[in-house]
Amino acid sequence: MIPRFAPGVRLQEDKARGRWIVMAPERMFIPDETALEVLRLVDGTRDERAIVAALAARFAAPAEVIAGDVRMMIEDLTARGALTC
Amino acid sequence: MLTPEAPLALLAELTHRCPLRCPYCSNPTELTRAAGELATAEWARVFQEASALGCLQVHLSGGEPTARRDIVEIVAAARAAGLYTNLITAGVLLDGALMERLFAAGLDHVQLSVQDADEAGAERIGGLRGAHAKKCAAAALVKRAGLPLTLNAVVHRQNLHNLPRLIELALEWGAARIEVAHVQYYGWALANRAALLPTRAQLDDATGIVEAARIAHRGRLVIDYVVPDYHAARPKPCMGGWGRRFLAVSPAGNVLPCHAAESITGMTFANVRTTSLAEAWTGSDAFNAFRGTAWMPKPCQGCEHAERDWGGCRCQAFALTGNAASTDPACALSPDHGLLAAAVAEAGDPSFRYRNFS
Repeated sequence: MIPRFAPGVRLQEDKARGRWIVMAPERMFIPDETALEVLRLVDGTRDERAIVAALAARFAAPAEVIAGDVRMMIEDLTARGALTC
Repeated sequence: MLTPEAPLALLAELTHRCPLRCPYCSNPTELTRAAGELATAEWARVFQEASALGCLQVHLSGGEPTARRDIVEIVAAARAAGLYTNLITAGVLLDGALMERLFAAGLDHVQLSVQDADEAGAERIGGLRGAHAKKCAAAALVKRAGLPLTLNAVVHRQNLHNLPRLIELALEWGAARIEVAHVQYYGWALANRAALLPTRAQLDDATGIVEAARIAHRGRLVIDYVVPDYHAARPKPCMGGWGRRFLAVSPAGNVLPCHAAESITGMTFANVRTTSLAEAWTGSDAFNAFRGTAWMPKPCQGCEHAERDWGGCRCQAFALTGNAASTDPACALSPDHGLLAAAVAEAGDPSFRYRNFS
């Protein structure tokens, strides 16, 4: 399963305020740190397993621990309309 | 002087030219002609300045923004500046080739206006024959490009009976959002107030229809609802507070705290041809005139709502009382609140004064 940004949704740097924002049609929200790490890896080619592997390598953590967090995060971002799977 | 927070969004009014002649147009009654419009490179600089100042998105509006021949270059410049780019269009000038070029330039979202649910009503209100079919085609083009679509339905006395059908139209045309926006009364809309103001019963029906439709279409269609304040007891927090979140640039380059601010006679504005956007935002008289709460008269001064509604709408205060610094008459605490009920009582003449270049 490859998560993708929903139409019209993208991650955008807010340089003036030193943060990243999820921009969507006529609304925006600020992802927390975990969500941001996941969203940065959403590129339309990585599937969920590849995202987990990338995060596990980056944070030197077991993939099975990361997998649960990523699943919850993708479900949450999908429910909020930011991602489609 | 207060040091203001950075703005979040820029409204770029690219042109006042438009094939439609809607009697509630939010453009000023004195329209700027093509010769007075900012050039492509000037808009590109405005977008860079807006992004550096903290804006995250730009609404490309008008008039009809696609009436500009350089609209594709303008979209590309907005994206190059790092802005989320929203096109606010009537859709009647859009064709397949232009849609593809706009998409390739990085357009993020399209907001399409619709004047009524039925062709005859839509074309009488918009003042352009054939417009409705073109809008239907434009919606299909937006969807085919894979862009998200919002329908913008301005509602009033003469189309509120079709509100359920307008919501159906949003679903039929594949919109994920519809804005049901009651007319706000300044400029052209004020000149047409007697024809446009809804009755209290119409408003209550509309609110009920929106609430039911939100439940019925949950997960498929988001409905944003802008209420009219002529029937209200509290004013709207216009622009989220003057000079707090938004700025607008007019076709001729004036930097405005609100797109209707030029309706306030005597107010002067910085222009992007001579002043940077940052200077205009922090230092210009227009932005500082009504920023914060110090300017407020009684009953706003010290009122528990002062930092919630920010004293309401300055343009409406000016339009109704002749003084932009008075409390918005939409507030029940305003000494001028009776003006609204009087206007509602006088409404009913259905004839329009259509928008035109004087």
